[in-house]
Amino acid sequence: MAFGPHLLLAALEGLVQAAVLALTALGLSLVFGVMRVVNVAHGEFFMLGAVLAWGVTTAVSGHPALGFAAALVVAPLAVGAVALLSERLVLRRLDYNPEATIVATIGLLYILQQAALTFYGPEARPVVPPFNIRLQLPWFGYSAYKLSVIGASAVVLAATWFVLARTRIGLVMRATQYDREIATAFGIPVERVYAGVFALGAMLAAVAAVLIVPISQAHYLMGADPLLLSFIVVIIGGLGSLRGTVVAALLIGLSDGIVSVFFSPTLAKIIATLAVALVLVFRPQGLFGQAAR
Amino acid sequence: MPDALRLTDVDAFYGQIQVLRGLAFELRAGEVLCLLGRNGAGKTTALKAIMGLVPAAAGSIRLGDLELTDLPAHEVPKAGVAYVPQGRRLFAELTVAENIEIGLNARKKGPAVAESVLTLFPILRERWRQRSGTLSGGEQQMLAMARALCLEPAVLLLDEPTEGLMPSMIARIRDTVAELRGRGVSTVLVEQRVDAVLPVADRVAFIENGRNRETVDVARLRAEPELVRRYVGVG
Repeated sequence: MAFGPHLLLAALEGLVQAAVLALTALGLSLVFGVMRVVNVAHGEFFMLGAVLAWGVTTAVSGHPALGFAAALVVAPLAVGAVALLSERLVLRRLDYNPEATIVATIGLLYILQQAALTFYGPEARPVVPPFNIRLQLPWFGYSAYKLSVIGASAVVLAATWFVLARTRIGLVMRATQYDREIATAFGIPVERVYAGVFALGAMLAAVAAVLIVPISQAHYLMGADPLLLSFIVVIIGGLGSLRGTVVAALLIGLSDGIVSVFFSPTLAKIIATLAVALVLVFRPQGLFGQAAR
Repeated sequence: MPDALRLTDVDAFYGQIQVLRGLAFELRAGEVLCLLGRNGAGKTTALKAIMGLVPAAAGSIRLGDLELTDLPAHEVPKAGVAYVPQGRRLFAELTVAENIEIGLNARKKGPAVAESVLTLFPILRERWRQRSGTLSGGEQQMLAMARALCLEPAVLLLDEPTEGLMPSMIARIRDTVAELRGRGVSTVLVEQRVDAVLPVADRVAFIENGRNRETVDVARLRAEPELVRRYVGVG
């Protein structure tokens, strides 16, 4: 394959990664931005979404699209419910203390991981994509499903932006993010907002997992990579910044796709880590984050 | 006059440190009561205890017949108590319009209330789409008061509203407090400078070490300026 088409193929692969990464990282970024909680268990919500997607698609008979559509609804809702329960039983009892919640979410990570191992097993299991269409470009054929992942992520990102920027609940979330105490003094039930944000963050990870699982596979240890990459994206983009998260996910996803295809996946990870180091040294608030005042 | 707000033997702590020690005072309906005292006397904590932001460990805080200490903090503003914190503490990344909307949402008030409030601070209309963090100090103070007044509160708590403002703006804030009294709003005003409160307060409570040492009419304060030296340390 000539260089141009090869580059296009690598860029498309990178875009698919970037789309899924943007959703996952946005969940992590929202939770930190609003609650100041570093959710180390975020990758496990991703894993849970993938495992549940496998469960739902296996349980629903008929056309694969039916099972997939059901998974797209059921898995995020179920993961959101688990997140709500975790917020109520763990984070709220720790009064959202930043240090204590890091330790607590590490514990949550192991609980979710071991629960998946116990009830789902150690095997990596495939999920059938909802449709199998190959788009024939002039230079190569490409999966229509992969392109639809990019489109679906864009829709979910746009919807999240709309909720945050244009609705009353978004205004309440932003006010809570900027000043928890004053938000309370203006009648905002901060604990309920936190519960909602934690569930929303987990649901975004679950949606990302459902979208990607027909391309990869569901496995109980699959949460580590998305967690690491999400942290990289969130640090580069700026904590709590939706725009920064999307831009950083595009940068990391595309560079990962292109460098992996032309050189090696290891070099792609080295570049991403180097980018984080550079951002931390020269612009610690991230590309689009607010400097601490 | 009936009491709008009554604190009885209120204790409050920051961790292990006791800040309020049996604090008691009453705010009469339609009056401006000033809390005067040195730094660390417990004035700001008293306001936060009323708002439920610092829990009252003992005692009672009654808004009319309603016991505020029984409510979760986010229900206190819904009962009709509005708070203008020290240092304004606007949502700096939000626009003027969004800060006003937060105030309106607190008690489900409509745009007519915002219109009425903006007659007091017309400059805010010109800044409507501006991020509140970019306003001048005086404009920020006006917005902080406007945001609180959007609750149409029965009781307004003002924590050092003149801090860091130029004299013309201080006079403007004083006039606004006086106008609010005319509209029937009962106000607790925390200040450190006696000259800032004498023109507008009806009574002054001297707070020292978390207790109310003495509450006096402004007329008596004018007649006995040594009271200020005794409790605040300056004339």
